[in-house]
Formats: sequence, C-alpha cells, structure tokens
Amino acid sequence: MGLDGWIWALDGWILVAAVLCAVSCSLLGNFLVLRGTSMLGDAISHAVLPGLAVAFWISGSRSGTGMFVAAVAAAVVTVFLIETLRRSAGVDRGASMGVVFTAMFALGMIMIVQVADHVDLDPNCVLYGSIELTPLDQWEIAGWLIPKAVVTLGVTLLLNGLFVALFYKELLLTTFDSDLADSMGFSSQVIHYGLMTLVAITAVASFESVGSVLVVAMMVVPPASALMMTDRLSGMLAWSAGLAALAAIMGHGSAIVVPSWFGMGSTLTSGMMAVSAGGILIVCGLVGSRRGLITRWVRQRAFAAQVAADDVLGFLFRLEERAKSTVLTTAATTGQKKSESITAQNPATAAQLSTNLGQSLPQCLRVLSGLVRRGEVEPSGSGYCLTSAGRRRAQLLVRSHRLWELYLVEQAQYEIDRIHEKAEAWEHVTDESMRESLDRATSQTALDPHGSQIPPEVERHNQ
Amino acid sequence: MVSDRPATSPHSASNPGDLGANRPMLSPLQVWDLTVAYQRTPVLWDVAFQVEPASLVAVVGPNGAGKSTLLRAILNLIPRTSGKIQIFGDEFSAQRRRVGYVPQRESVDWDFPVSVLDVVTMGLYREIGWLWPVRKQHRARAMEALNQVGIADLAHRQISHLSGGQQQRTFLARALAQNADLYLMDEPLAAVDAATELAIIQQLRAMKQQGKTCVVIHHDLQTVPEYFDSVLLLNMRVVASGPVAEVFTPENLQKTYGGRLTLLDEVSSAMRRQEKLL
Amino acid sequence: MIGPSVAWVATETSEEWLVALWRLLTLADYNSRVVILGTALLGCAAGVVGSFTLLRKRALVGDAISHAMLPGLGIAFLAATLSGGDGRSLPILLTGATISGLIGAAAILGLRSTWRLSEDAAFGIVLSVFFGAGVALLGVIQSLEAGHAAGLEGFIYGKTASLSWTDLMAIISAAAVALLLCAMYFKELALLCFDQAYAESQGYSKWWLDGLLMSLVVGIAITGMQAVGLILVIALLIIPAAAARFWTHRLSRQVLISAGIGMAGCFGGGMASALLPNLPAGAVIILACAILFLFSLMFGSAQGMVWRAIRRWQWQQIMLRQHLLRAVYEQAETKTSGPEIAGDFEVRIDVADLMISRSWSKPLLERLVDDAQREGLVTRIGFQVALSRSGWVQAKRLTHQHRLWEMYLITHADVALQQVDRLADDIEHVLEPSIIHELEQLVQGRTVEVAKSPHQLPEPS
Repeated sequence: MGLDGWIWALDGWILVAAVLCAVSCSLLGNFLVLRGTSMLGDAISHAVLPGLAVAFWISGSRSGTGMFVAAVAAAVVTVFLIETLRRSAGVDRGASMGVVFTAMFALGMIMIVQVADHVDLDPNCVLYGSIELTPLDQWEIAGWLIPKAVVTLGVTLLLNGLFVALFYKELLLTTFDSDLADSMGFSSQVIHYGLMTLVAITAVASFESVGSVLVVAMMVVPPASALMMTDRLSGMLAWSAGLAALAAIMGHGSAIVVPSWFGMGSTLTSGMMAVSAGGILIVCGLVGSRRGLITRWVRQRAFAAQVAADDVLGFLFRLEERAKSTVLTTAATTGQKKSESITAQNPATAAQLSTNLGQSLPQCLRVLSGLVRRGEVEPSGSGYCLTSAGRRRAQLLVRSHRLWELYLVEQAQYEIDRIHEKAEAWEHVTDESMRESLDRATSQTALDPHGSQIPPEVERHNQ
Repeated sequence: MVSDRPATSPHSASNPGDLGANRPMLSPLQVWDLTVAYQRTPVLWDVAFQVEPASLVAVVGPNGAGKSTLLRAILNLIPRTSGKIQIFGDEFSAQRRRVGYVPQRESVDWDFPVSVLDVVTMGLYREIGWLWPVRKQHRARAMEALNQVGIADLAHRQISHLSGGQQQRTFLARALAQNADLYLMDEPLAAVDAATELAIIQQLRAMKQQGKTCVVIHHDLQTVPEYFDSVLLLNMRVVASGPVAEVFTPENLQKTYGGRLTLLDEVSSAMRRQEKLL
Repeated sequence: MIGPSVAWVATETSEEWLVALWRLLTLADYNSRVVILGTALLGCAAGVVGSFTLLRKRALVGDAISHAMLPGLGIAFLAATLSGGDGRSLPILLTGATISGLIGAAAILGLRSTWRLSEDAAFGIVLSVFFGAGVALLGVIQSLEAGHAAGLEGFIYGKTASLSWTDLMAIISAAAVALLLCAMYFKELALLCFDQAYAESQGYSKWWLDGLLMSLVVGIAITGMQAVGLILVIALLIIPAAAARFWTHRLSRQVLISAGIGMAGCFGGGMASALLPNLPAGAVIILACAILFLFSLMFGSAQGMVWRAIRRWQWQQIMLRQHLLRAVYEQAETKTSGPEIAGDFEVRIDVADLMISRSWSKPLLERLVDDAQREGLVTRIGFQVALSRSGWVQAKRLTHQHRLWEMYLITHADVALQQVDRLADDIEHVLEPSIIHELEQLVQGRTVEVAKSPHQLPEPS
C-alpha cells in the first residue's frame, strides 16, 4: 500500500501540470460562479468540437497551434451565441447554454465524420484528455526538458493571474453591480467578453492536456468551497486557488493509493481530482467559517446555551426583585429606614426553575452547573441564588428586556400583550450601545409598560 | 424644482417664468418627450420635465409607472424610442462623471463576498480609472463617506449582515464617495427604519446645501412635502410636476391617486413598523 | 446504427432512390420504423418534461443528472462482476445508473438549500464531481480486466441511434409513465414553476414536487441515454422546450408545442439520417431540433425575433406619424382661437416652429413631412406646412384620443396601466362609455388654456 509506484520524473510533472491547470481554472471560476455561469466550462468543453474539425480539415493534423486557435475561436463563438440568445431573444441563461452547446457538439460530430476517420480525431479523447501522458510530450527550453502541457498551462496561469490582478476592480464592479458599472463608464460587456475569452483559452489549453472533467470541476467546485470559507472576494480568490491545488495533489495521490486498498491498480488522475475537489467541498461545507454546517451548529448551540443561562439569571433576578419589594413593603410598615442593607436573597430550586422556564430538569441542572462554574450563581441551601457578578449580568438583561418593551409600546405602537415575546428574544443580543440608544429613544420614565422598575445600567468600574 | 407641461395637454398652461430663456445656471437634468417602449405598450410616454439646480426632487407614482425605467433611460442603460435628455446641457456620456446612481436595493446580490467598505469604494472607481488599483487614500475617503452616513463601525462587515436600513446607507455612502453633482436614486427610502430615513434625508439636505441635485424615487406620498422641494408625479407620463406646494394640493392628490393614497400610507407604516423590530 | 438497415439507399438510379424515400416515409422498413418511432416518442416525452424544467429555471438539470449516472454504472458493473454475476447485464447497469442519477438530483437540491449555492453552481458541482467519480471508476475497471469495460463508455456515450425492439418497448413505457405523471400533476407542477412560494403556501411540499420533476428527468435520461446517447437526451430536454417559448405564453400550450417540436425534430432528424447513412444519427437529430429552434426564434408567433422587429419598426413609424400630426394640429390650435376651428384646417405652420416643438432632428422631421405629404395628409408650401382635409380629421381625432388617454392616466392612475395600449388608439374599444364621457368633460374644461412648452429645446448644434 502507499505511493509505491511514484516516480518523480513522471508523477512530479503530472502534479505540476494538474496544479497549474487547477489554479488557473479556479481563478476564473470564481467569477463564473458569482455571475451565475458555472456551467460554462461544461458547455465550452462540448462546443469546441466544430473548431477542432475545421482546424483538422484545414491542417490535416491533430496537433499544433491551429487546433488551439480554432478551438478557442469556437469557444468564443459559443459564448457570443449564448449571450446573444439571452440578451436579444430573452432565452433563459441555462437554456441558451444548453441549446448552443448541444447544437455545436452535434455540428462538430457531423463535421468530424466528414473530414476524418473517427479513429484519428476521437471526441472522447478531447473530453477525457489524459493527464497521465503529459510528461511524455516534452519541449526543450533553455536546456531543460519540460512537458509541453506544463509550459502552456504555465502561460495560461500567468495570463489569468495578470488579468485578475489588473482588472480586479473592474471584475468586482461589473460582477457585483453591472448597472452601476455601465453608468460609470466601465462597460460590463467589455469585461464580460474579456473574461469569457480567457475562460475559453484556459479551457482549451486544459482539455488538450488534462481533459474536460478537470476543467469543469475546477471552475466550479473550489470557488464554491471558497464561498464556505470567506466573505471577501480577495479571500475567495486565494482560498479557491489553494483548495484547487490541494484537490489536484490529493487527486493524483488518491488515484494511486485508493484503488490499491481494494487490491486494484491505479485509476485515472483527472477523475480522482474532481472527486477530491468534491471531498474538499464537503469538508468546507461542514467546517467552513462562513457557511459550514458544523460551524453554524456550534454557533447555534453556543447561543442556545447563552439564552438558557440568561433565562435562569433573569428568573433569579426577578425573584430577588419580588422578594425585595415584599421586604421593602414590610420595612415601610415597620418603619425601617435603611432599605439598601436588606438582603433579598431568594434561592430557587432547580425544579422550580425547570417548571418556570420550560426546560427539562437535567437541562436546568446543566445550565446551573455551568453558571456556578463561572461564578455567576451559587448554591444556597437546597436551591441557587445569584452572586454579585451574576446579579450584574442579570440586571443588564432585565434592563434590556424592559427597555425594549417600553420602546415597542412607545415607538412602534405595539399592543402591550405582544411586547414580551419580542423583548424576550432581543434581550440576548442587546449590547450597551443599543441600550443607550433605546434609553434615548424612549421617555425617561423608570417603569416599563407592565409597571416594573427598569434597572439602571451597571457602572463600568463595578465590573 | 421640476417644471413640466402640465397634465391636461402637452402644450397647455405652465408657469412661463420657469427657467425658460434666462436661466442663471445650467439645469442638471432636462428631458424632452421621452418615450420608452419595450413592446407595443409604452413604459414612458412623452415624458418631459426639467430639474432645477440644487434641489431635492421626488419621483412618485404607482407601481409599474415607469419610475425606475425613467432613471435607467436617463443613464443610457436602456434604449429609448424617442426623446432627448440633457445633463448639465450636454449628453450623458460627456457628463458621466457628474452623475451618481443609487440602484434599487434588490438589484444586487447581498450575499456577494464584499465588505461594506469595498462597496463604498466602488463609488471612486471612475476617478481611479481603468487598471489603477484602489489605494489607501481612496479607502480613507470611503471611510469618510461611511462616517457621514453613520455606519463607519460596520465598514468591515460583509454586506449580508446589514439590515435594510444599513444597506441603504451603504449605497448612499457610495454615492457620496462618488462626489457627483446630480444623483439619481431608486427608492433609497424603501424599507428603512425611521431613524435611517431621517439620517438619509438629512444627508440629502446637506448635499443640496453643497449645490447638488438629487432625483429620488419615493414611495411614500405622505412624506413628500416634508422632505422634498419639488415633485414629479409619474404614471407612464407626467401627471403633474412642480414645486411641492403647487403640485401637492390635497384635491390634486385625491383625484390622482384615489384609493391608492390610503393604501400606500398603510403599507409604508407597516414597513416602518416591521423594520423597527430589527 | 441506422446505416446498415437502409444501406440500399445508396443505389444508382434515382427511381430506386425515390422508392427508398417512399418506403422510409411510410415507415415500411422495420428498422427505421423502430428508430424513428422510438426517438419521436422520446422527443415528445422529453419536450414535456423539459418544459417544466425550463420554466423552473433548471434547463441544465438534465445535463447534470445524466452525467451523474456514470458512477452508478461503474459501481453496478463492479458489484455484479465481483459477486460473480454478469456485469454487463442491462437491468443491473440501469438500476445502478438510476440510483446514482437520483442521488445526483438529491445532491443538487441539497446543495441549494443547505449552503445557499446558486442553481448553476449546484449543477456544475454535481456534474463534475459525479462524472469525475465515474471516470475514476471506469479507470479502475479497465485496469481490473482490460477490454471488459469497453462497452460501458459506449453505454453512456451511445453515439448512434441503434434501437432494438426492447429499447422501443422501454421508451414507450417510460414515455407513457412520464406523460401520465405530467398530466396527473400538471396543476401542481405548473404552480411550482410559476410561484414556488405560493405552491408551498398552498400546502404542496417543494421537496415532493421538485423530487417528482427530478425523477422524471432521471427517467427520461436513463431511457434515452442507452438508446440514443447522452448528448441527444440533454438536447431533447432543452431545445424543444426553449423553442416552444417563442410560440406561446401559456403553459399548457407551451407543453404541447414543446412535445410537438421534440417529436418533429426527432422524426425529421431520423428521416434525414436514414437517407444520409454515414452521418451519426444522434447528431443529425440534434441539428434538426436546432433548426426548428432557429425557426421558432425567428418566426415564433409570440416572441419571434422577426415579428418583434417588424412590430417595433411599424409601431415606431406610426408613433412618429402621430407625433407629426399632433404637433401640426396643436400648433394650428395655438394660432386660432380655441376648440372651434373645424373650418380653419388650412392654417399654415412654420416648419421651424414644428422643429422646436419636439426633440426631433431636422432630417427626421423633413422625412416625416415628406412621407405625410405623399399620403396626402399634409401639404408643404415652402417653409410651411398645412394639414389637408383628411389629415385634419385624422390629426384632430388623434389629438383628442391622446388627451383622453392622458386624462385617463391621470384620473385613473390605479387601474390605468394594464389597459393602455398606445396603438389601440380607438379609446372607445378599450374603455367604458361612461368613463369616456367623464374624460371628455374633463378635457373640454381645459383645452382652452394652451401655452407654450415650459422649456425650450436647445439650439440644434
């Protein structure tokens, strides 16, 4: 098991070619994905066929620059037709792609049958390509034997990198807001066709050496994975390039390693690269910082825990309040003066909390133990009560809650029976500056609409 | 102010002193018999009006009245069937630099991976020019614009994290950064909370003080007299236009909009209530 | 391959050729009968299903799903071979491909809803990753036992329409099931396509309906793919539906027309390829469909480009004519003393005055005046024009209509927009007589005040 069959002279070059191809495809792919034209790689991969046939018919050979130029020309024509159908005839973008590429493919098939025995020019060969063969076809450059594919793909990457770097601003503007771009004089059409020409060049350069599967995959999958990881275009470009390179390396490795697990020989690299890219997408989709499922789930859990803890604190605070007011009333009747000295500790049992907050008993106990660990709640007798730190946090919560209630009634004309729910939801996300604005926006009364005292803001130096 | 051939007939009464022969400054925007038709049905029909320098103009009309089409036709984004448009006495293409556009909030993908600051910096792209990169001083100016609309602390947030009001402020900041002389704004006050509405209006007034002109599509008839100097009532063609005090007589409105008035009112207050919650 | 069956087409005399054509047209030959009937049925079913995917803005779903079937094929082959069975058994391969196609469909829906990826990105991901997995599996199979897998690629790429009797039966049953399901759930699918949110509010599960539509696509793809090839299936799912859009705006007609175009394309293409036996049949059928698409694009009765261009041009001419007549009439009005000017139609108007009344260029105005003079609507005397009697009548009516419309737009702002049609200048055909009467009153009350435009046009440069 393992990379037994690894030969640097071969596999090294295959890797270099694959990485170059993957990175150049993914760079442009970012813009395809953001513009809603992700399927363009697939469309072009089919639509270059008539170009190949024409070139073959003219030159009589199936290699060389003539083939390349003709294929790029066919791809550009495809893009132009798609865009024309969409803009002037109002055909849905996906449908116009489908119509154009199938028709071009059919035309190409017929032309190929006319000009060549299909043994000479097999369309499957174009579609699959064969990255395994790249090291065999070499050019001598400055005394070095470098595979042709590496040279062409290197030039392509350079071209794409330059384009994206130089026109970054224009690409961003036309992709995000093409109307604004046009009104400012940055023609979105010019940028569109520039981008599309490069996509065509990249696709054709890659088909020759690595096959279309890889092109289609690398134009969509790494950019989509990058969307899970970041929310900046520059970050997306960097992530997608990195992930594409990773997918290429993993793909080639796994093409050798994975089949050996089942006791079989190695398989096609380009297929495994697409699969690796898919695997990377799933990993990013799970743990990505922006849209990752697990990331989102962890955040939700953390927030739910915070809400549960907040609820317990708020409940204990209100209990204390009630106790204090009873004591105060008693104090008033008995003529006691120093009300501040009255301790209004009023412990609540876990069972009490559970019934009042609608949480299960084990859940409540878990929340309580967390709060005890943080020193915001302490056990007292058979129940729990607030520590001074817990009281401060609870006081702010209750303040947020009651300010919101007041605000909803005064400023948003809410019925009094509908405000509690809203305030209950928002108290957890209300910070000091928001409370300040709420305080300013509401009348300076000290009572909320239900007649409860709105506690003051906790002094900073107390914290 | 807006002036126009009044409603009854294309050539009927108007106030002849209105910027006819001896205008002190070039009008920022003049439109003559503008007609835009997609198919057989016109979207705009012989629309003619003129905007005075340094004024706030509301464009009001029912849904589908061609308000957005009017702005897009002025910006040359759609072809027009007939008519003539001049910006500061010249073709749009020659005066592009002096025109700022604030598109409808729904026209862009708010999931797009850019920060608020990136969006505002876009207002400076024309000034930066093709190929030149965005530099520090441009970001500083974008920050300044964000400061003016009061959301500088959100500069590095991704735009989908903004509320509706904050999104509108972002667009307004972008327009400010653009530093144009004539602004065309498509519903900058749609679905914003009262505080944002006030902030935006104050900003517009400040712009007017600096001699800038804003043509604003507005959805709420009630607030037109309070916010704007003049108004263009559009319903495929110009229903009425001119200084708010002249056009916005109650009977005129009642006649023009009939039952719509109360409905608009209802909707806008519902929106406002909705937005306050967020 | 159709080729061998109709090889006798390539005979010497034209008489025999005609006989061959006749036999073909009457479907006398067994093989071409099977091929043409099979593909035509497939085209019909694909046209119907494709209409729904097109309207759901998922035209390329067939592309993605049919590519997603490759790994299932490979796994089925491997599983069957390794367990000692026949890896090339059609039912096993079809089952594998169907399952992986369905998984691909589910992945598309999942990618959309879980990660808010756009539709096209989801298609691209599923297509490339699944197809890549398939390519890798085929690679394994090939290294496992060389030559053994040779037929598998042909299976997915089936380039030629070589239909057997069993294929035809499969197509007939699949098409029947697909058409039946579409008919049964027409209403629900229509709702899904037009307004998904509303469909959900009506209690229809989006997942269920989308799942149904995707399954239909899988069904069509799996039946068609091994019979006629991958690309042809994709084309049949997209082209007829896209072509039908140019003929109608109504869903029920769209579905029927799309089915018809799919059938006609396959029929015509099948015929052509039987007559030209050395061309790949699938490609010829696609091109036949593409030609029908092109024809629809140009001449479709609802959206055809030619009609649209002609209509636009006509309406531009009519509008310009109306502008001229109205401008002359209104100028004439200002020169006389009010509405009662019926006899004074021969008022002469300076062309220079006309020039500044609208934003027309001088050559345009000249051309309009010349055209109108040729039709006897105006007469030109030096630098002046005057309306002829018939021109006067027309201009008066036009101006009146125009003012009524204007008044209508102003006074009935809330209902007006749907009803205004600039060319339906006979207002009485559109509006209630009572409303027209009311408008007349309003217009009458105001036409007296006629003044010049509030701002002059800039001097022509």
